[in-house]
Amino acid sequence: MVAAAAAGLVGIAIVLAFLVAPEDADQGISQRIFYFHVPIALTAYACFGWGAWKALLLLWKGDERYDLESYVAVHQGTIFGALTLATGSIWAKASWGHWWRWESKQLVLFLVLFLFYSAYFMLRFSIEEGPRRANVSAVYALFGVALIPISFLAIRLAEDFIHPTTFTREGPQMTGTMFVAFCVGWLAMSVLAYALYRVELLGKRLDANLRELREALTT
Amino acid sequence: MSQSDYVVAAYAVIFVTLLVYVAIIAAKLARLERETAELAELARKRSSGG
Repeated sequence: MVAAAAAGLVGIAIVLAFLVAPEDADQGISQRIFYFHVPIALTAYACFGWGAWKALLLLWKGDERYDLESYVAVHQGTIFGALTLATGSIWAKASWGHWWRWESKQLVLFLVLFLFYSAYFMLRFSIEEGPRRANVSAVYALFGVALIPISFLAIRLAEDFIHPTTFTREGPQMTGTMFVAFCVGWLAMSVLAYALYRVELLGKRLDANLRELREALTT
Repeated sequence: MSQSDYVVAAYAVIFVTLLVYVAIIAAKLARLERETAELAELARKRSSGG
């Protein structure tokens, strides 16, 4: 049901981005990357935030199911983060003529956030499975969440003005069908991330249950 | 490369990544299905033996 909704919304978002939204007068056709690039970035932030929330619940309530939920959310965030960097680089090449600009604080801070959460997996899999691994992973995921507002606000605090801003204090920097296409794209990416989160979590839980069952049957 | 080529490339990256992700999940589900069948067989043997 959620997966079907995600597929439908992604289809509608593509139609809106390519056939309904008008071409940007300043950036031309390359601006159409933005309808998926920005929602993917916002979804990555949401996934990392969700992972941190589940990590907090684990540390607070001690229920080990939150460990897997936090891990899957961080995994989703990393996938969406990688997509943000990839699509952003392609857009940068089309607009600026460079794949990457080190002087843009938002790009660098997003890369730092992405690398921080990539290191989460190295840390997690370097510790033997059990409560210690769950607690260390949860603390790490919680620390990372502090980078989200910094990364998000970097462009507003920065003075480079290289990276375009979607939302300013005056509101969204687009009108009419462009804004509708952006909102539907954002909804589509959010529902898609939720569907992938559910499927991955289901697979991981099934895997853990089967492992327990195998141990019980073979001993 | 033209501007439209970059747009196609960006959307292709998204599509291919999602496709790879779904393929990995599908492979994992197929493995879990196989393991479930093995365990069911093991449980049947155990119950018929004891």
